[in-house]
Amino acid sequence: MDRTFAVAIGGAAGQGVATPGDIFAKIFARRGLHLNAYNAYQSIIRGGHTFLTIRAGIEEVTCFGDHIDLLIPLNQDSMDRHIGLMKANSAVVYNSDTIKPGSLTQAQLCPLPVNQLSKGSRSKVEQNTLALAASLRMMGVDFEPLAEILTEQFMRKGSKVVTENLDIARVGFDYAGENFQPFAFPLPMSGMQYAVLSGNTALAMGGAAAGVKFYCAYPMSPSTGVLHWMAAHARSAGILVRQVEDEIGVINMAIGAAHAGVRAMCATSGGGFALMTEGLGMSAMMETPVVVIDVQRAGPSTGVPTKTEQGDLWQMLGAGFGDFPRLIAAPTDILDCFRLVPEMHNLADRFQCPGIILGDLLLSEGRSSVDPTQLNFDTQIDRGEMIVSADPANGENGYKRYKITESGISPRAIPGVPGHTHTAATDEHDEDGVLISDEFTNPAKRRAMMDKRQRKVLGIEAAVQPPVLIGTPTAEVTLVGWGSTSGVIREAVAMLNEEGISANQLQIRWMVPLHGEAIVNILKSSKYTIMVENNYSGQFARYLRSETSYVPDGYIRKYDGEPFMPHHIVEAVKEQLACKTHKTQQLSVPVHEIMV
Amino acid sequence: MTTVLQLQPLTAADFKGKVDPDWCAGCGDFGVLSSLQKVLAEMNISPHNVVTISGIGCSSNLPGFIDTYGMHTLHGRALAVATGVKMANHKLNVVVTGGDGDGFGIGGNHFIHTIRRNVDLLYVAMDNQIYGLTTGQTSPTSRKGMKTKSMPYGNVEEPINPITLALAAGATFVARGFSADPKHLANLIKQGLEHKGFSFIDVFSPCVTYNHDNTYAWFRERVKKLEDDLSYDSSDWHEAMKRALLWGDEIPIGKFFQRTDLPSLHEAEPLLDQGEPLAHRELRIAPETVRNFITELM
Repeated sequence: MDRTFAVAIGGAAGQGVATPGDIFAKIFARRGLHLNAYNAYQSIIRGGHTFLTIRAGIEEVTCFGDHIDLLIPLNQDSMDRHIGLMKANSAVVYNSDTIKPGSLTQAQLCPLPVNQLSKGSRSKVEQNTLALAASLRMMGVDFEPLAEILTEQFMRKGSKVVTENLDIARVGFDYAGENFQPFAFPLPMSGMQYAVLSGNTALAMGGAAAGVKFYCAYPMSPSTGVLHWMAAHARSAGILVRQVEDEIGVINMAIGAAHAGVRAMCATSGGGFALMTEGLGMSAMMETPVVVIDVQRAGPSTGVPTKTEQGDLWQMLGAGFGDFPRLIAAPTDILDCFRLVPEMHNLADRFQCPGIILGDLLLSEGRSSVDPTQLNFDTQIDRGEMIVSADPANGENGYKRYKITESGISPRAIPGVPGHTHTAATDEHDEDGVLISDEFTNPAKRRAMMDKRQRKVLGIEAAVQPPVLIGTPTAEVTLVGWGSTSGVIREAVAMLNEEGISANQLQIRWMVPLHGEAIVNILKSSKYTIMVENNYSGQFARYLRSETSYVPDGYIRKYDGEPFMPHHIVEAVKEQLACKTHKTQQLSVPVHEIMV
Repeated sequence: MTTVLQLQPLTAADFKGKVDPDWCAGCGDFGVLSSLQKVLAEMNISPHNVVTISGIGCSSNLPGFIDTYGMHTLHGRALAVATGVKMANHKLNVVVTGGDGDGFGIGGNHFIHTIRRNVDLLYVAMDNQIYGLTTGQTSPTSRKGMKTKSMPYGNVEEPINPITLALAAGATFVARGFSADPKHLANLIKQGLEHKGFSFIDVFSPCVTYNHDNTYAWFRERVKKLEDDLSYDSSDWHEAMKRALLWGDEIPIGKFFQRTDLPSLHEAEPLLDQGEPLAHRELRIAPETVRNFITELM
């Protein structure tokens, strides 16, 4: 196992967890360290408990891990919740004027007498700056990178504020040097420099890279970050961004814009998506492409707005009445959020149908380091068969918007092109767009139009690669996950292999098309298969079974609102392998030990 | 080739759809369709530069009966779709048509917000005070006491007044027409199309099959043109509100209100202020802009 270092900051919402978190992340990324961050928080603007974990290392860090090396509790509550879980060789840096360590711990206690150290300073966040500087000293980081970032951070507030912050940081830095034991392994460095971004930012930037020109949304956690990036960068990116009255309006507006020829996108969470489902059917029936991002949170209903879950899969599969082709994919990490968006737009445009990106809070609000060259804005753009200007070769007057073709795809003229006027209807229609739903119902034509649209499914299947097994094919256990669990399963697999239990991983990214046969072919030759899902009922397992009849040997599920930690999976695998003679499938539901 | 076509004056026949309307004989919607076709021809707007968008209902079948680009969308959602179309290509003329249930019932929320945004489009509501396509139920504009299949003992709810609602929501062009007076209606449609901003025309469009209360005769006895009152000033919002509240022996039709001092949504949006419509813009973002996006993350 590669060496990583995890720092955690806990406090009440409004106490300033985010700023020191951002500074740590920047220092790590500029040092050439990879990182993965997860913020456990509550649906409250002031108060509650917020717990940010940032884990850094030379190699790629795929999840926030199992252990905390350095804890910074900003209040007594955070100290009490987490001190018991601190292991030997870890440290706790805290304001000793207001916080008491309480129970016994193996961790090094690093009390900061904040009032004494910050005399003369009026800054309200001095305890945070002191703790930040003290921590960096203990990690073996020089003062300069911190000074650089503090200067950038406070420049807007004037040089006086910058000086105040630098002075207090220097005090904390020196105090730690004199009073606390540094960590045994100083934080490593590499020649790289990484960008740090959230999944929401990655999704929004992916939209910009895809050539999205219209984005609209109604605010809904945990997808709102997409709207925020889009709104902040709308003018420089040339994207028209609108906040709409409700999600029904959102999807209809997006489809309207897409119909007029732009790439349009919107994002929401499960509740907002529920309102969009009639619109999804409109996109399919009018054959106007639209890309919808659903960022899952714990449901049902309002559920737990700030907690993660993979509970919307069946909503995506069944959204909208009637049968129609659709695309559904779940990004596997934050960089994949960026990559998937242009890919989804290309397919939605080619096949003129709705495309759904199924993310979740773990990715959308988590953060990760990315090699900036991987944020490629020169990605391929394929708008499919579109008619954007009059060309006599297109057969003016004889134009049929819904022409029956072998591929099921009919060239799409956008409004404004002479000689191609037609009406796109949500009612069933003939090749030329004329309704066959009211006066002229016609079973033969209805069937021909259904067949035409559904023929696109074959093209869609051919356009997407089937998933591949990661690791040794002969492993003792195969862990199957989908979407955001990729990183934590990857680490669990590495831990199992290290412990002598050979394991491999099959991570599913595309839900529709599924490539069920390819999946089953892989799983058939696996010795023991376990499906890992962040939901109650095993939604993917049920989906795979409904498509292929495949039943795995065991399941690991978690539905407490928090994401998996690697040890949850490792322990459950060991438990299941120890008694695999059981005839029925085994189910493990790991307990989340940390109260966040 | 297109240039030659544009030099020939258009006629209403150029806007004739692929199929004839399937409305009941005598339906008020015929008058709205023919007035719209006539005005578009008169204004010499090419069919391919018009998008006619509707929701669901008898009157929402209109886009199928007119030769323009058309979208026959979901029940109540036409205005949201139309806003998207207009934002993607603000050079298009957008006309939204639909009924009272579609616009003021299921689509009520979008009605208010499209008004507030002052989206530059013409919205013609064919108001027959009944649900027709679902065979005769109470609508948001059905009068109190009216008996329908859904309220057989009489409607106990107050109806919506679309004119006062539009005025209160801040509409910049508010009018009422009567489909049996196509000349008057055509004039309102023309003014609505010319208006830069959200133009709303509520048109009395009698349902001859299910509404036996609000018949042609009933309206004819009551409608009175605002234009006939030479002292009426349609730039006076308070006066417009007063007239809009009149309902009884005298029901005003005509242009209640217009203001031209507010920018429409695409005019207020700096991104659309200059250059090509979004639909025809370069998809790629300039490399230096991309560099800035990435630098922010480092």
